[in-house]
Amino acid sequence: MKLQVTLDAFPYLLEAAGTTLWISLLGIALGQVIGAAVCLCRVSPLRPLARFGAVYVSFFRGVPLLVQLLLVYYFLPYVGIDVPPLVAAIGSLGLASGAYVCEIFRGALTAVPKGQAEAAQSLGFPPAAIWRRILLPQMLRISLPALVNELILLLKASSLISVVGVTELTRSSHTFAASTYHPLEIYLTAAFIYLLMNLCLAAAGAMAERRLAAG
Amino acid sequence: MNDAPMIEMRGVSKSFGTLRVLDGIDLTVDRSEVVCLIGPSGSGKSTLLRCINFLESYDTGEVRVEGRLVGYVEGNGRRRMPDRALREIRRGIGMVFQHFNLWPHMTALGNVAEPLIRVRGLAAAEAGLRARAMLGRVGLADKEGEYPARLSGGQQQRVAIARSLAMEPRLMLFDEPTSALDPELVGEVLQVMRDLATEGMTMMVVTHEMGFAANVADRIAFLDRGRIIAYGPPRHVLHESTEPRLRQFLQTYHERNNF
Repeated sequence: MKLQVTLDAFPYLLEAAGTTLWISLLGIALGQVIGAAVCLCRVSPLRPLARFGAVYVSFFRGVPLLVQLLLVYYFLPYVGIDVPPLVAAIGSLGLASGAYVCEIFRGALTAVPKGQAEAAQSLGFPPAAIWRRILLPQMLRISLPALVNELILLLKASSLISVVGVTELTRSSHTFAASTYHPLEIYLTAAFIYLLMNLCLAAAGAMAERRLAAG
Repeated sequence: MNDAPMIEMRGVSKSFGTLRVLDGIDLTVDRSEVVCLIGPSGSGKSTLLRCINFLESYDTGEVRVEGRLVGYVEGNGRRRMPDRALREIRRGIGMVFQHFNLWPHMTALGNVAEPLIRVRGLAAAEAGLRARAMLGRVGLADKEGEYPARLSGGQQQRVAIARSLAMEPRLMLFDEPTSALDPELVGEVLQVMRDLATEGMTMMVVTHEMGFAANVADRIAFLDRGRIIAYGPPRHVLHESTEPRLRQFLQTYHERNNF
């Protein structure tokens, strides 16, 4: 074990970890929006919309993220759409996590008592206000633990985007491991950084849960 | 001013699958009248009430509130009325539920103010003022900052009543408003309802509180298996009717309260 190898690589690994973090956060943010929209489709009384939602979830949950990434990376240029690797990476993460978030939201929706929406309906609320003011806030509170879980999974899954040429933590480690011939030190450092980021996310999630529970 | 009755139901029927929950209901409620619906569980009382603001759809017949057909387009068979028109009707009808259905993520004040903002379009400050006044009216002025989880059942139900009243409804529907309450909390809710009746509010109340029905109702309807089989002033329904199923139903109350 050579400590100097780790010390030399550390600043670069940390910078790459920053990329990992913000790509993951953007990915989950996109996933939330997509997940909420697909969830609305799935529970819609309109058959084609519900069908679309179900197919969406089946596809993005059923195909490995790595394969999805490669598809986006190779397929889009093939049909003449040129996307930078970063955009492809964030988009793929968002599309995939959208499927999981959709199911998390759908579960949360069934956990909100029916009377919550009925009370609003009986008072004459428009449907959009029922969603925005009554259902979504309660769904968010119910689904927070599962969403934090999803965020942690996504942050780890983001290591896969190294294959489309984005220099995030895993790819950066790979490069250093190859050039220094000290893979053990480098990968241990990477593992430590991943663990640290996820512990922080879990702690932030727990704090958010406490704050929501207080309200 | 509209001189149609507040509620007019003609031949209203509804089935859940093969079960006929409402079977040819005819019922008229005039302005300022208080009508109590009593009957065994599963007799269709709640379903009847929920058809009036179309939380439940009905299969045949007509429900009219202040002359307006509820839920369907006038003279067009069973075509559903547009959501906007239905909301317009619902705005004039308050509803109080067995399980209160307060929104747990809003304070008592927030619960009362929210519909004023979202449905009546009031500014937050004005909605807050009116909500505060309404909470005062049900005796909960000091609880405005509390979340529902911190209130007793009776207090929660009074907040729910305030939430409905703030919208200035012309008709109030109560769906077993005291059934989920501890016995010692029933009185405070019934008192608020009694005051409301005295002020001339038109009310339809599904209840198991025979004392309330006897003293406050102008008319009592007894339902059994989706039909109204006794209807009239409390004295008539509770004491004079010879309808065997009604006598049997009332008998269980006498036995329960005989100690």
